[in-house]
Amino acid sequence: MATKEAFADVGHDYTSTGLNHTKVAMWSFLGSDCLFFGAMISTYLLYRTRTLSGPTPHEIYDIPFTSVSSFVLLMSSLTMVLALAAIQRGDHRGLRIWLFATAFLGTTFIGGQIYEFTTFVEEGLKLSTSPFGSAFFMLTGLHGAHVTVGILMLLSLAGLSFSGKLNQEDSLKVEMIGLYWHFVDIVWIIIFTVVYLIPTE
Amino acid sequence: MAVAAYRQRGLFARPSATSGWKSWFTTVDHKKIGIMYGVTAFFFFIIGGLEAIAVRLQLAQPNGDVLSNDLYNQFFTMHGLTMIFMVVMPMGVALMNYFIPLMIGARDVAFPRLNAFSYWVFLLGGIFIYSSFFLGGAPDGGWFGYAPLSRTLPSHGMDFYAIGLQILGIASLAGAINFVVTIINMRAPGMTLLRMPVFIWMSLVTSFLLVFAMPVLSIALFQLMFDRLFEANFFNPAAGGDPLLWQHLFWVFGHPEVYILILPAMGIVSEIIPVFSRKPLFGYAAIVFAGAAIGFMGWGVWAHHMFAVGLGPIANSAFALSTMFIAVPTGVKIFNWLGTMWGGSLRFTTPMLFAIGFVSMFVIGGLSGVSHSIVPHDAQQTDTYYIVAHFHYVLFGGALFGVMAGIYYWWPKIFGHMLSEGLGKLNFWLWFIGFNLTFAPMHILGLQGMPRRIASYPDGMGWNMWNFVETIGAFVIAVSVLVFLANVAISRRKKVEAGDDPWDARTLEWSIPSPTPEYNFARVPMVHARDDFWHKKYIDTPDGEPSRVFAGGANGHDEHEDHGVHLPSPSYFPLAAAFGLPVLSYGTIYHSVVGMIAGALILVLGLFAWALEPQFAEGEGGH
Repeated sequence: MATKEAFADVGHDYTSTGLNHTKVAMWSFLGSDCLFFGAMISTYLLYRTRTLSGPTPHEIYDIPFTSVSSFVLLMSSLTMVLALAAIQRGDHRGLRIWLFATAFLGTTFIGGQIYEFTTFVEEGLKLSTSPFGSAFFMLTGLHGAHVTVGILMLLSLAGLSFSGKLNQEDSLKVEMIGLYWHFVDIVWIIIFTVVYLIPTE
Repeated sequence: MAVAAYRQRGLFARPSATSGWKSWFTTVDHKKIGIMYGVTAFFFFIIGGLEAIAVRLQLAQPNGDVLSNDLYNQFFTMHGLTMIFMVVMPMGVALMNYFIPLMIGARDVAFPRLNAFSYWVFLLGGIFIYSSFFLGGAPDGGWFGYAPLSRTLPSHGMDFYAIGLQILGIASLAGAINFVVTIINMRAPGMTLLRMPVFIWMSLVTSFLLVFAMPVLSIALFQLMFDRLFEANFFNPAAGGDPLLWQHLFWVFGHPEVYILILPAMGIVSEIIPVFSRKPLFGYAAIVFAGAAIGFMGWGVWAHHMFAVGLGPIANSAFALSTMFIAVPTGVKIFNWLGTMWGGSLRFTTPMLFAIGFVSMFVIGGLSGVSHSIVPHDAQQTDTYYIVAHFHYVLFGGALFGVMAGIYYWWPKIFGHMLSEGLGKLNFWLWFIGFNLTFAPMHILGLQGMPRRIASYPDGMGWNMWNFVETIGAFVIAVSVLVFLANVAISRRKKVEAGDDPWDARTLEWSIPSPTPEYNFARVPMVHARDDFWHKKYIDTPDGEPSRVFAGGANGHDEHEDHGVHLPSPSYFPLAAAFGLPVLSYGTIYHSVVGMIAGALILVLGLFAWALEPQFAEGEGGH
């Protein structure tokens, strides 16, 4: 019996810090991702004026357009918070609505990025045009890949919810995807500022 | 541990075997995964060693003709990649995997299936890189892959480098996050941070370094891959790209990597030296803080790899100073180990010999390292054999001596029987002599101006004798490795029972049976002190001599107390998901969209199946 009680103390939910394992893991991963984007943003800063004979940032960026898609992405953080709040109070319908809203906003952002990339290529900026082109497409492309993974995870959550496998006690799952989602949004704030808003001349 | 077969969605029966050869493919047990890491790393060690032997045969005499220039380049590149990414790192991970849970009183790591995934990704990544030998040539631009050479080499070798290291990086990152969470979150009650064994501390620092260093390498490798495969211009000087960017990114990763390689070994000897000196570690807090300081300062020294590229006097001076400073915490540790041995009752067992070998050889490597921090001096040494001598003294004389010490020390706990001491000592002395014969003369050759990475050298440079001596040394090391293998085979047959605590050791892993039972601890230990297990065995008498506690002491484990211990169930999906990565990678290299999509699908479906599968199979009960 004594043994059983000892296990009760240190059961599966026991952690030394009181924090959930997944949460510590997610924060570690996001810390790692900071260096990932940090290295790529540094590369962009080094190369943003190396345009050779290709288009310069000044010539090619459509700041009003990107501002709108940035706004869309930032709003998706709001809907993400609403999704988490919904599951925490057991509102499954609200959860699904806000998950889909978040995924929709994310998809809109990705759509904007695809449009932007296509336009740039038509205007003569390709991956191979100049170091600026290489750095621009890789930095924003890697961010877009992160958003896409986020959308996949949001839709998976919605799927779980529809099949009845996402209960109120599982709100941590939504919180984790939310952490990731907010991080990707915050990174975009930095990328938008560094890439689009800081003038090159 | 009979487990009822569990059907999942009517598609796959969930694997349930915990013994037999099949169980190794589905296991999520940190101990089995640790053993697999160790065996795989040892296998790669033999391959990397054979490459080194081929290189040494080529250089044994002037104008060597054992290898073509092309093959020589592939061999020295693959030797470096293998030893760093497929031997020393995974050897550390093997011991961390096995002993982190045991030393902190846990039943497994935080994410057992992620742990299995890390291993399979590592194995498949290694096989992926080696497959390049059969697909037109292995990587041949050096393990550091300096641009712009690395972006223009014609064979697919450097594509395998750029993508293969990416795969190994995923394995390392997943493993590191797992260890961070395990150490932070799964310590037994009472195991406060400053009661953790030093090996655990060094594992924690190493894991944090990996978490933050791997993504930087990842970006550099992506850039190289895009340069090579998709016509990007990151490192193309002709199109305005900057080859120095590669060096910066690579060494921002690369210098923390040096500490990733050495810190686990420092942790291992910090466990071994107190046990065989019969004294607590001298200056525990100092050694822990020195390790953490190395973890922070390791980020500020990368440009000492680049003193010869012309960064200018200000950058050079700053990095020279930071490089001299980082020698301080390392020096602190050396004195900790010396202070531990001082006045102790020393037992010169094989693990202790390897540990002392580590300390002495690492000091030599550290001193030649400090000599690099003097910029004008470094300008003379850059790209000579002096550098080769230095990093072999820290990575072989340091890391590999430490790993061997750990293998001999922990073998009885892992397999339940002792390795032979006689053969062990022979192993050590051959290892020690062979190592010094091979690498000590490189200091002299380097100062005489012999450049590294050359496939042959002309007669009459005065380099002949020492090169020949080095080749003899390489063969002595090879014999030493054979002695180790013989030791393993013979000891397996003789089976000298180890008992729970053959070394009269200090840490928790020795309080449980050998070999470790599947559930590790029948009863989760309560920790009351640093070196808790020692204090359960001994009390300090007034004259300072420890006195054995006879009644009510430790080792009171009961074999029949494993009721109610729920272990995570085995799973196919970590292996299945891992398979997606090489498929995706071959698809990328050969521009095959089908391959890329197939790989990505395998990976994503594997991850989904994994996420939907409960950690504990039904009937075993999680909650």
